[in-house]
Amino acid sequence: MSQGQAGAEQRLVTPGMAIGPSAGKRAGSGIIVAEESFIATQLGWLRERNNTVSVDPINAAYMPRSGDLVVGIVAEVRNNLWFMNINGSFQGLLPMSLAPWKVEFGAARQHMDVGDVVLARVQEVDECHNVVLTMKGVGLRRLNQGAVESIPVQHIDRVRGENNAILQRMRDACDCRIMIGENGRAWIEGSSEGIAWARKAIQQLVQEGHSKGFETILNEMENKTQGDA
Amino acid sequence: MMGGYGDVQLLNDDGSRLDGRKVDEMRPVSIEAGVLPAAEGSAMVTHGLNVAVAAVYGPMEAHPRKIQRQDRAVIDVRYNMAPFSTSDRIRPGFNRRSREISKVTAEALESVVLVERYPRSKIRVEIEILAAEAGTRCVGITAAAVALADAGIPMRDMIVGVASGKIEDTVVLDLDKAEDNYGQADLPVGILPNTGEIAFLQMDGDLSADEFNLAMEYNFKAAKEIHGIMVDALKRKYDGGEA
Repeated sequence: MSQGQAGAEQRLVTPGMAIGPSAGKRAGSGIIVAEESFIATQLGWLRERNNTVSVDPINAAYMPRSGDLVVGIVAEVRNNLWFMNINGSFQGLLPMSLAPWKVEFGAARQHMDVGDVVLARVQEVDECHNVVLTMKGVGLRRLNQGAVESIPVQHIDRVRGENNAILQRMRDACDCRIMIGENGRAWIEGSSEGIAWARKAIQQLVQEGHSKGFETILNEMENKTQGDA
Repeated sequence: MMGGYGDVQLLNDDGSRLDGRKVDEMRPVSIEAGVLPAAEGSAMVTHGLNVAVAAVYGPMEAHPRKIQRQDRAVIDVRYNMAPFSTSDRIRPGFNRRSREISKVTAEALESVVLVERYPRSKIRVEIEILAAEAGTRCVGITAAAVALADAGIPMRDMIVGVASGKIEDTVVLDLDKAEDNYGQADLPVGILPNTGEIAFLQMDGDLSADEFNLAMEYNFKAAKEIHGIMVDALKRKYDGGEA
């Protein structure tokens, strides 16, 4: 269902809407079971896959999960740790022991200061939503170049496409490196024209993807670019 | 206390109300979802001459920390009437009435939002009454429910605010300004239309058991109607069509 609303059986559900009997099926995200019947809890598109009924929300907040790749922005620096804005309800904490450098106590600011952008991974989330980040891992680093573009969290899977197909098409079309964090931020690096193209493509996918289908939009943009050239 | 004024006529000779409505007829309601781009979710509700805008922000870290709950989110509601919302200018800022309505609205919303999904967080709901003509707390609750749904906050149901009352010993649905000022009773409730539960109930004035039951019957009927308009508003915004 990477094509937004392209499927014929797309059904918009609102919170509290009865969806049907729960017999023999599992409740996925956005669904609760009440008196043997499925009730939607979020505004979104109903989806049934692998015997699980769930709601693809139209709007959703980022809920960090262990292992998520995120694009974070340094919000606060202390002597031995950084607080990162990861676009969630709470800031993520990056201790100096999980930074990729050997950091002296009190020298955290020399490596990263407020406003710096990093590629990090969520190491741990506890039941109280405390988030610990790590920058130890392949590809995790401070991002010194490029641009950051926001993508609503609920659109990330669709912007990537099946097996990253749509993302790869975008990368090829604009000749840029594009990394999409699970937290609704994409990092784009390349020529300024390429970055502008990628940002426009992402914005258009987000705004119109639910009605047109993502591939149609990319085809239109690619044709337009070829026409301009 | 609503004592009523004996010399104010609120019903016409044919039994209809001053504005021509029947006793069980609601003022016209229209709802628009997603009206404020800066908010996570928003809605504008026009109910008769009432206009309310609600905006939802969050879930975010609850500040100050003393309001945090380790096992759930808190809902922070700010109900405010704009200074220009009535014919007499209202002094800007919080007052006793807005504080009370903010509190009861927050408690009503907490009973439907799945607050346990967001421990230590806060969900901020701002309700601004731009024009007031009796029943603003109900209009505010309806607007907040649509805004919460628009923001993607998980809820058991969309709560609907609606009121009935008594004028000239007759139970009527959805009091207007004159009926509210000079009537005998007012019964605003917050109803969960899918389950038929009541999340909020206040009563000003006196109603007998039969009158109360009739008023609730009117309220439930109106809640179903308003709920349909709320769903339509969300579908219009995201589905491009009517429900």
